[in-house]
Amino acid sequence: MARNTLSSRFRRLDIDEYDENKFVEEPDEAAAAAEPDPVPEVEALLRQGDMLQAFHTALRNSPLNTKNQAIKERAQGVVLKVLTSFKSSEIEQAVNSLDRNGIDLLMKYVYKGFEKPTENSSAILLQWHEKALAVGGLGSIVRVLTARKTV
Amino acid sequence: MAYHSFLLEPISCHSWNKDRTQLAICPNNHEVHIYKKAGEKWNKVHELKEHNGQVTGIDWAPDSNRIVTCGTDRNAYVWTLKGNVWKPTLVILRINRAARCVKWSPKENKFAVGSGSRVISICYFEQENDWWVCKHIKKPIRSTVLSLDWHPNNVLLAAGACDFKCRIFSAYIKEVEERPSPTPWGSKMPFGELMFESSSSCGWVHSICFSESGNRVAWVGHDSTVCLWDANKKTAVASLSVETLPFLAVTFITENSLVAAGHDCYPMLFTYDESQGSLTFGGKLDVPKQSSQRGLTARERFQNLDKKASTETNNVTLETLHKNSISQISVIAGGKAKCTQFCTTGMDGGLSIWDIKSLESALKDLKIK
Repeated sequence: MARNTLSSRFRRLDIDEYDENKFVEEPDEAAAAAEPDPVPEVEALLRQGDMLQAFHTALRNSPLNTKNQAIKERAQGVVLKVLTSFKSSEIEQAVNSLDRNGIDLLMKYVYKGFEKPTENSSAILLQWHEKALAVGGLGSIVRVLTARKTV
Repeated sequence: MAYHSFLLEPISCHSWNKDRTQLAICPNNHEVHIYKKAGEKWNKVHELKEHNGQVTGIDWAPDSNRIVTCGTDRNAYVWTLKGNVWKPTLVILRINRAARCVKWSPKENKFAVGSGSRVISICYFEQENDWWVCKHIKKPIRSTVLSLDWHPNNVLLAAGACDFKCRIFSAYIKEVEERPSPTPWGSKMPFGELMFESSSSCGWVHSICFSESGNRVAWVGHDSTVCLWDANKKTAVASLSVETLPFLAVTFITENSLVAAGHDCYPMLFTYDESQGSLTFGGKLDVPKQSSQRGLTARERFQNLDKKASTETNNVTLETLHKNSISQISVIAGGKAKCTQFCTTGMDGGLSIWDIKSLESALKDLKIK
């Protein structure tokens, strides 16, 4: 046998990189225009006590199309703040006021919130999860897992 | 609803013969078994052993009585019945990954194979060399082709792929057919021309289906969506995000109604409203046997409380006919315009035949338009 049959150096080569027909991710179409910053508006609404409006505003301006991680983190922080400031009894009403896309978006934020748990966030997020699941079903969770544009 | 359990292993794929007396299935291995119906029972009559890898697609041509199979061994075989034996003919597909799906064209003079090499092989028989030859459709497919369906004009082919798109190509082979007449999908149809491409949803397209007229195409994606595109309307794709687990198979049963089934183990009806251009959920198409509910004894209640911390009598078994995901649906009778019977096979190794009339009478608010 040749000496290099025992060598496993080839295992460090990624042969798919050299394939001419390699799949190259499509460049993102037109970078999204700078999203109007929702943070101060949402915070103002929260101070006023208008939970529902704050909720809708935070969800409406979510940065799905940008690749900018900082914007996404900020938006996520805001949504998390809104979600945790809801009282348990009001969650159901808020969930019912959303349409199909809103439920999917809410589920995305809930799972994003699970990724970085803080003191009390998990408990309240689980309640949001339960209510959103009742409306969106398993399909909304599947769409969180398969989504290419993340929150 | 007739349910027959063939095996314990999943049925990878199935195909019926013309008069629906025989069924070819792949029992999750390298072989194809052909069963013949005898009254209520199914008897195995043939075993087709030629593939070296799992058989991923079977299609039985109704008129010419030939079976084409494709597998993970990157080959396809065309089987012809000689006497009482099925004889295979190898078809060189020139692919370097597994073949995933195969379909005869409506006139049965060619067939298409979708594969993991991101290519569709269109194969036709060349008389001079007595050999099956194939041509490739490559651009712009970016990932594995999971499902195929032919348009009734024998030229257009719909393909669903893992790059989240549904596409319609022209598979016009000038050696075997005349130039096709214009359709709502376009008028110039050279080989490999992309006639339609859907915008990305986010799920692998597991299954795709043309309607009987060929003017509509429907597909299901792994992100739990059902989509439909009407070539005559040219508005946006009608898509519906469902609340259930993703579907693996879809078929038209009338020009406006779809039946889709998948990981939730029961078929579902969807209706397309032409005026609004929208898809709506029509109903769950399963009539489970009502198992007798026996009450729990006190001892069982305490056991439940101890083990599961609940006193509910939740049934842990599935209440559907199929006990595992449904992977394929085929129309048995009536064609895709006025289907009267369709059949489903799944990963539980079972086959169910669904009768539309009995479903309509059993499920009162089912409206099939």
